[in-house]
Amino acid sequence: MTVKLCETEFKPYAEVDAYQHQALREKEGEFGATSIFVGTMRDLNLGDAVTQMTLEYYPGMTERRLGQIVDEAQSRWNLLDVFVIHRVGVIKPNDTIVLVAVWTQHRDEAFAACRHIIEELKHTAPFWKKETIKDGERWVESTI
Amino acid sequence: MTIRVRYFASLREKMGRIEDTLVAEDIATVSDVWRVVSTGQPLPEQLLCAVNMEYAKAMDPVKDGDEVAFFPPVTGGLE
Repeated sequence: MTVKLCETEFKPYAEVDAYQHQALREKEGEFGATSIFVGTMRDLNLGDAVTQMTLEYYPGMTERRLGQIVDEAQSRWNLLDVFVIHRVGVIKPNDTIVLVAVWTQHRDEAFAACRHIIEELKHTAPFWKKETIKDGERWVESTI
Repeated sequence: MTIRVRYFASLREKMGRIEDTLVAEDIATVSDVWRVVSTGQPLPEQLLCAVNMEYAKAMDPVKDGDEVAFFPPVTGGLE
């Protein structure tokens, strides 16, 4: 199981390929299903063109929460491995924001666990988005 | 006791600072911490709190040396 935050652009499919060939080398033949979720930054939100976004996080707590989410999924399903990467800092449209990859024996568990991890991440991991639009900057879904 | 209080995202901007170090004796809960740093305001319902990097509730206890954080709801995104 690997969770990491990344300050620079990453290629999700190359990461999954490399991870499978390294971390899962010992489990070749065991896994029959891999479910992958990739979240990508769009250039339009709430009807406005978005030129970039800054993703703030809580160093320490964010990593801890991501680890807990993966641990919870592991206790609920029979997961052979999980790989999560999340971008932080300044992000441009079309950059990958998040990758969740799950390896299991069968597809049911792979789909369910991948869905669970991304939903828990979205709702409970401390990340906050600030978008840059034509008229300035705005926080997304932070109604304080 | 001494408590490190941290703020994030829109709340950090609203507070105009990233953190405070609180030295006080009359603090027992997360809610008390907020009352001191906000000079008497009640804890807004939508604000999230953490104690030592774990989610916490307003009435959860705090002790000397704890790190308490306040922040807006995390970015959820559409499903």
